[in-house]
Amino acid sequence: MDVLALILVCPIAAVLAAMIPSNRWRPWILPAAAVVHLSLVALILLGGGGPAKATAGQATRNGIAATTAAAPPIAGAQTVNKVALPDAGGIVISDWLGIDPPGRVVLLLASMLFVACSFYTVGYLRDHMDQLNRVFCVCFLAFLGAMTLVICTNNLGLMWVAMEATTLSSAPLIYFKHTRNSIEATWKYLLLCSVGIALALLGSFFVAYAAIVHGLTPSLRIADLLRQAPAMDKRWLEAGFVLLLVGYGTKMGLAPMHSWLPDAHGESPSPVSAMFSGALISTAFLMVVRSQHILHVAGDGAYASRLLILLGLLSMAFAAIFMVGQKDLKRMLAYSSVEHMGILALGLGIGGMALLGAMLHVLTNGFTKGALFLSVGNIDRAYGSKTIPEVRGAVRRLPLSGMVFLLGFLAITGSPPFGPFISELIILYGTFMAGHFLIAAAFLGLLLIIFIGMGRTVLAATQGSVPVAGRRSHFRDGLLSGLPVLACFLIVLLLGLYIPVPLWGLLHHAANYLEVKP
Amino acid sequence: MIMILNAILVLVILINLFALGTSRMKALIHAAALQGVLLGLLPPLVVKDVGTLPLLMAAVTIVLKGILIPNMLLKALRDAQVKREVEPLIGFMPSILLGAAATAMALALAGQLAPAHSPLGLLVIPTSISMLFTGFLLLTTRVKAVTQVIGFLLLENGIFVFGLLLLSAIPYLVELGVLLDLFVGIFVISIIIHHINRAFASQDTRRLSSLKG
Repeated sequence: MDVLALILVCPIAAVLAAMIPSNRWRPWILPAAAVVHLSLVALILLGGGGPAKATAGQATRNGIAATTAAAPPIAGAQTVNKVALPDAGGIVISDWLGIDPPGRVVLLLASMLFVACSFYTVGYLRDHMDQLNRVFCVCFLAFLGAMTLVICTNNLGLMWVAMEATTLSSAPLIYFKHTRNSIEATWKYLLLCSVGIALALLGSFFVAYAAIVHGLTPSLRIADLLRQAPAMDKRWLEAGFVLLLVGYGTKMGLAPMHSWLPDAHGESPSPVSAMFSGALISTAFLMVVRSQHILHVAGDGAYASRLLILLGLLSMAFAAIFMVGQKDLKRMLAYSSVEHMGILALGLGIGGMALLGAMLHVLTNGFTKGALFLSVGNIDRAYGSKTIPEVRGAVRRLPLSGMVFLLGFLAITGSPPFGPFISELIILYGTFMAGHFLIAAAFLGLLLIIFIGMGRTVLAATQGSVPVAGRRSHFRDGLLSGLPVLACFLIVLLLGLYIPVPLWGLLHHAANYLEVKP
Repeated sequence: MIMILNAILVLVILINLFALGTSRMKALIHAAALQGVLLGLLPPLVVKDVGTLPLLMAAVTIVLKGILIPNMLLKALRDAQVKREVEPLIGFMPSILLGAAATAMALALAGQLAPAHSPLGLLVIPTSISMLFTGFLLLTTRVKAVTQVIGFLLLENGIFVFGLLLLSAIPYLVELGVLLDLFVGIFVISIIIHHINRAFASQDTRRLSSLKG
């Protein structure tokens, strides 16, 4: 029931947002929905947490009993709520829902980040009162709803449908400013991601077809796929994985399919950029994780690993090239997202300890990106620009946002005592442990280049004296613009100093689930 | 049944080649619409027992792919007052030859791709590959926004054809979701095309190149 409620929160809020006539009060539906969403997520994560409990729930299932034969590790993961709810079309809703352990990590991130972004958005839209924000509010809620569905379903086909829905619902968000550049960014985003995602659908079909080739009953349910994977046809499975990786990799921003990402992140309003780079591309990473899991269980993990490591390092290299000398602060952060998606792919490819690090990195990167994009949003609003000759002395002009931006840069490039330092260290440690010394060396070298390239731009923007144009605007850090930035930043700091035990449990559970073959 | 199926698939391949060779955009949209209608006829031919659900799916496919989506594209075309695709990166004649070569290759490899116990795959898989190739060719070598969208549409059609092999595995909810996504996708895209027209006074996507580095 909880999962169903979680999925329904956003559509209901979106309908309400469409009906509220006041342009001034409508944005408040975002924080309201966000808080309800986060409470439900907390309820689900704390309630249905342990695998033992979930397996017990499996036994009491009273609906259609056709698919309950799955092995316990998978069953525990898939089962969150098993009360059969037959509806008009004969579809049992609980057959579609279930959050796997890596999904729980991403769900927590997406929900918490949206709370911060929603409060920020209220302040942001207040500055844009002349523009109608109905479409924006409805689409932002639909966007979160679609993401929630990607995470909370257990059917490869429905995941795809929801993933494409995230593309469609977020396109109007990029276009909010109605400038020529934002049209261009929206067009590239729509076409590239739609085509990319289309390949992922073909990949899902290939994976299902791999069962038919060997005379098995085809299915798109993750539990069935994992059970049958060892007996499936390897060629079709590998081809399917490549398509899934290219498809969801496009959405995730892995090089060389990343070209939409800097444009979309650069041109959309900052709270949208923060959700993109914190939550959306992490959700796409979750899809890559799920695809890799199927191949791993099929006994073909080495094939997936090679591809993931290659794309991971390539993404980091691309990001390093484009970040050096980058004048546009938001585009710089966007390339940093490409880099960190590369790091995640690398961690997933290497596996073991590095996989645990990657799971933690999903969280640390997500919150750091939230803090960075929201603080750059404030800088943009204060200076009326997001490029460096115009932006100077941000620390002096905006003490809170400027400082968080500077410290956030240190965090995202992997300096202690912040969260990403811990997660990158674990990934690096895992890489050495697995004996990939050359890869570890390349990883460190690229991190260094990125640190230097990013540092030049960030220091130029934050240090020095404030130009005249920047002093003239009235914008100051306020409650709605400052608090979300501070909240994200404090989480990043906390994750660097102390990781709560339940969170470790969540991360370990996710990593173990992906490593252990049922 | 399999005879009718094969006949339709051959028609679908011919439409691909036509789409690669024509410069008139209206004809291109009509071709895509015809292909959509033909695709809608396929699922009832493939399933073993034709119930109401497969027929309903067929109807939804025909209405969306054959009528609603082409109409949206025709409207986008009227707004922009463009009639022809100009200066493709690969000419029309070479495009047809490439498309034909790809189709022939896919057909030649069909025996290896499809398993022996699935006679359906023998023509379905190569047709699907041919359509994917056509879609990609239109997407990458044409410059007008509407033509690129049709490329995307043909690509999705190719995936639809591959989906015929998995009808028992793909729940109707998912199929309906895929169709709905496609419909909303083209709807959003045609709105953006409208704005491109207004802002740039052209549908030429080569003009969308100010964001770099």
